[in-house]
Amino acid sequence: MTVKKKHILVCNGTSCQNVAHDEIFNNLKKELQNHGLEESAGLVRTACFGLCEKGPVIEIFPDKVFYVQVKPEDAKEIVEEHIIRGKPVKRLLYNEPETISGKESGEKARFKRKQIRIALRNCGVIDPENIEEYISRYGYEALGRVLDEMTPSDTIRIIKDSGLRGRGGAGFPTGLKWELARNNQNDQKYVVCNADEGDPGAFMDRSILEGDPHSVIEAMAICGYCIGAGKGLVYIRAEYPLAIERLKIAINQAKEFGFLGRNILDSDFHFDIEIRYGAGAFVCGEETALIHSMEGGRGEPTLKPPFPAQSGYLGKPTNVNNVETFANVPVIILKGAKWFSSIGTEKSKGTKVFALAGKINNVGLIEVPMGITLREVIFEIGGGIRNGKKFKAVQTGGPSGGCLTGKHLDLPIDYETLVAAGSMMGSGGMIVMDEDDCMVDFAKFFLDFTVEESCGKCTPCRIGNKRLNELLDKICKGNGAMEDIERLYNLSIVIKDTALCGLGQSSPNPVLATLNHFRNEYEAHIIDKKCPAGVCKALMTYEIVEENCVGCTACARACPVGAITGERKEVHRIDPRLCIKCGACLEKCKFNAVIVN
Amino acid sequence: MPKVKNPDELKNLRNQLTARAGKKQDDKKHKDPVVIKIAMATCSIASGARDTFNFITAALKKRNIDAIVTRTGCMGYCYAEPTIEITLPGTEPVVFGQVDQTKADEIIEKYLKKGELVDGVIPKNYESPW
Repeated sequence: MTVKKKHILVCNGTSCQNVAHDEIFNNLKKELQNHGLEESAGLVRTACFGLCEKGPVIEIFPDKVFYVQVKPEDAKEIVEEHIIRGKPVKRLLYNEPETISGKESGEKARFKRKQIRIALRNCGVIDPENIEEYISRYGYEALGRVLDEMTPSDTIRIIKDSGLRGRGGAGFPTGLKWELARNNQNDQKYVVCNADEGDPGAFMDRSILEGDPHSVIEAMAICGYCIGAGKGLVYIRAEYPLAIERLKIAINQAKEFGFLGRNILDSDFHFDIEIRYGAGAFVCGEETALIHSMEGGRGEPTLKPPFPAQSGYLGKPTNVNNVETFANVPVIILKGAKWFSSIGTEKSKGTKVFALAGKINNVGLIEVPMGITLREVIFEIGGGIRNGKKFKAVQTGGPSGGCLTGKHLDLPIDYETLVAAGSMMGSGGMIVMDEDDCMVDFAKFFLDFTVEESCGKCTPCRIGNKRLNELLDKICKGNGAMEDIERLYNLSIVIKDTALCGLGQSSPNPVLATLNHFRNEYEAHIIDKKCPAGVCKALMTYEIVEENCVGCTACARACPVGAITGERKEVHRIDPRLCIKCGACLEKCKFNAVIVN
Repeated sequence: MPKVKNPDELKNLRNQLTARAGKKQDDKKHKDPVVIKIAMATCSIASGARDTFNFITAALKKRNIDAIVTRTGCMGYCYAEPTIEITLPGTEPVVFGQVDQTKADEIIEKYLKKGELVDGVIPKNYESPW
């Protein structure tokens, strides 16, 4: 049996596939055969390298040599030079622009990856149910260092200098938050981890808790030491059973090893963590509502001040941070504020985890440095839009965010630029939309969500959002008037200005963003009574083109409501009064005889 | 497990643990111990990771292959779940995507036994602090 010494990995991502992938693959195969190398060199297809702009990409394994913009005729040279003679083909090497210098050693030609995993450093690497695997990756050493060598103020100083900001969405500086909680004197204080991940499409907190629960526990203990709290609480939704199970296992293991409990690592610091379950209400992600829910009250927000740092859980000073924020902390302590702040933009440091979803090829959980552009995220890491469709918009920040369009593609992503562009960072859901998505329908989707999830405490959110939703519904059904655009706009501004909590204040954002960027779609619905993307059913009609119909009866048999009539071999007709616009006939017709207006 | 008393003890523990893991890798007399990690977050399990896990553990036993199989969290490749990572001794870890039972079988027969890669490799697309 011969062992294959080298492998040629050919990128089979959608973008590379479109550029002569098969030809390259076949040529390489032919060249290997010509040289009798089928036994000693392998040739396989891989998933996307995340380097689509330079595709097609080829890697020689295990040499870590990357070739880019490979053409079918390069196959001969790659096989003869690299595989046979062991000499990389210089002209095809991938070099980061700034690293092109005299040297072209393997390290210089190294593939500079777009993603940096800090919060996700252990996810997919360690066994989350085995504390030893966490320890072997420097686990609990940050806690050890803090307790052994640093005062609480030193530690807070590091977090402040690192520039870490809240990853839950609003981006409040974490170090400052800790300092505020520290400065409020009290016999008892609390550290709360907000794991009530409520944004539709966001799942980074769940992934961290399921993949690396100890990092959150360690960071909570560090926070407890800094602010002077002896107790930590994780508020997590009961909809995350696996995350809860793994968190429980992790807490027990941490207690067993002495990382939680009394006199942690021989210091005089005591800290314990308990879990509190949420019922999955969106509003309970807001920190005051979260605290009320933990106290056993209704999950309703209250006016700030007083801030939780002054009077939080049971009236005691409380520091609430999001899961992802905590997951960053141990690395910052170990690698230093300077290292962390070297990543990112001027005001937004470090990385952000995004749940990349929607009409994109590489749906996934990614962690990218702040300041990366949307274009890099969508067209390189994400591998571009599915089925070669056209990019329309990307939604960030869940129901509180807005949408960004083609003109924002080169915008560096950070807290400030996203807000300036009419959206927000949010907790990190990123939903990509293509030309088949209707933006009015999109706004309505989020308003449906907000109406459903409004806690009802304040009038602007309870009643205002309902009215917004009704106006959007009216437009989607083709009953809108031009004045409705003005009404939507005015009402949105009023809700923004008057709602009680952050969620209510941001709930009209999807409406405002779509009004700003896609006013033409609203007008098409209102004036032309048409949905340009073909989503709003009430505005669509299905028709049969007489010239194309051969009378095969396929559509009539597919129609679930019997709306299509016609004899065999004769032209069929759709009764618009019966048609429910399900599209079954369109799918079945082989003659392009069914059209949608 | 006795409690870890101070930061030095913790560092020693880490060194012991990494040394133990390294030893596992170096200790190759007849059969090299291979490390197989299977992503098992909620979403991975929903796309069949548990079946893959059970299949692989059973298949390794049946085919008399020595390997350490562990679960891990989300690797981030939602579009290619279930995902598994295999480290053959002395080589870089390789991630495979869409590993159903057929694929797992192919991987065991080709990669584990002969070091031969199969279609569906997911290139590593990130840097990490350590």
